Amino acid sequence: MKKKIATVWLAGCSGCHMSLLDMDERILDVLAVADIVKSPIVDGKKLPEVDVTVVEGAVGADEHIEEIKHIRKQSKVLVSLGDCAINGNISAMRNFYTVQDALERSYADSDTNDAPQIPGCEDILTLDKKVVPLHDIVKVDYYIPGCPPTGDMIFYVLNEILNDRVPDLQKEGGLKNG
Amino acid sequence: MPDKITISINGTEIKTEEGKSILSVCKENDIHIPVMCHFPGLTDVGACRLCLCEVKGYNKLLPACTTLVAENMEIQTHTEKLKEYRRVIVEMFFSERNHMCSICVANTNCELQDMATEVGMQHVRFPFLNQECAVDASHPKYVIDHNRCIMCTRCVRVCSEVEGAHNWDVKNRGYNARVISDFDQPWGESETCTSCGKCLNVCPTGALWAKGSVQGKLDKFPEKITDLIEKRGIH
Ligand code: SF4
Ligand code: SF4
Ligand code: FES
Repeated sequence: MKKKIATVWLAGCSGCHMSLLDMDERILDVLAVADIVKSPIVDGKKLPEVDVTVVEGAVGADEHIEEIKHIRKQSKVLVSLGDCAINGNISAMRNFYTVQDALERSYADSDTNDAPQIPGCEDILTLDKKVVPLHDIVKVDYYIPGCPPTGDMIFYVLNEILNDRVPDLQKEGGLKNG
Repeated sequence: MPDKITISINGTEIKTEEGKSILSVCKENDIHIPVMCHFPGLTDVGACRLCLCEVKGYNKLLPACTTLVAENMEIQTHTEKLKEYRRVIVEMFFSERNHMCSICVANTNCELQDMATEVGMQHVRFPFLNQECAVDASHPKYVIDHNRCIMCTRCVRVCSEVEGAHNWDVKNRGYNARVISDFDQPWGESETCTSCGKCLNVCPTGALWAKGSVQGKLDKFPEKITDLIEKRGIH
């Protein structure tokens, strides 16, 4: 039976998903053994039970906490994709300021903003005080480092997992692929 | 002539001489021990703890860089316990200050990053401290970014032992410890700094760099400092 994969992004910039597409035609090798059942690059269905979920981005809001817990429940294997998911990275740089200061800097005091207004309505995320990595909230099985990780590294890990092997990132150059 | 002695490292008998550190005996015998604060030619201080070894008869772990060999010493350098501790130490470096490699000048040319790979760190198991650290760009040519500093004190030692200027020193303890210029003044106002750039070249991370350095494009020449130390016959 074909396996099921999902890809999700939380507090990230979508760069990791761009790298996912950098697998190029090898995405066909992935699709030969698995279906992508949910992804920002497919469409927005509810997450069914899946074999592997690859998550980009850190946890920076209550909604993210709920979502990552749900993902963990639905996924046999959970992969942290990229530095934001693994250590907060750029997303966590607002941790040195209050949420209000960060919002003001981005939406009100930003040099390129000529109509300053901090967005606020119940349909958008309420930011938590601190941005944390995924493994602070749930158990993570594999980590793919990089900002963003290379398409090669992502393909390697996915391909190993989908073929029931254990990926050895040490062999693939470890952290050194910023 | 120092006395000849026999020790054993990882079960292999080695003949050596008194007065040498465990680390230097290991180097002579091609046994690789991970180090961060050690720099060839500078006084060893045992700051980073990565080189910790097990020595039979001691219930404490001993740093290979500052522990001298002695007759009949039985040393283990790569037990499972040591490997796990080394990984913990590197993870603590990452959790203590702010290492966003993606926007760091030292990215892909960083001893800390290489060490993380070497010890098999894939993520940091401890909560990040998220401390706010200063970036001092007051020097006309150089910058110190305390976010990336791991308190190895190589800069302190090279400045004092090789350049003879002693601009750098250390204040506070634990995670509050910081490298300081003169008596904790902005680097640009230092009366002792000669702007020689030696500290930049021995710094293992992206904490010290020349203005104009770009993300991921830092050039460092630690081997030139080693060369200089050897030529001048320091120590
Ligand atoms: S100093 Fe090294 S480990 Fe720290 S952020 Fe820079 S590249 Fe990464
Ligand atoms: S500035 Fe660099 S050389 Fe100096 S203590 Fe920090 S990490 Fe070490
Ligand atoms: S190299 Fe020995 S403690 Fe740092």
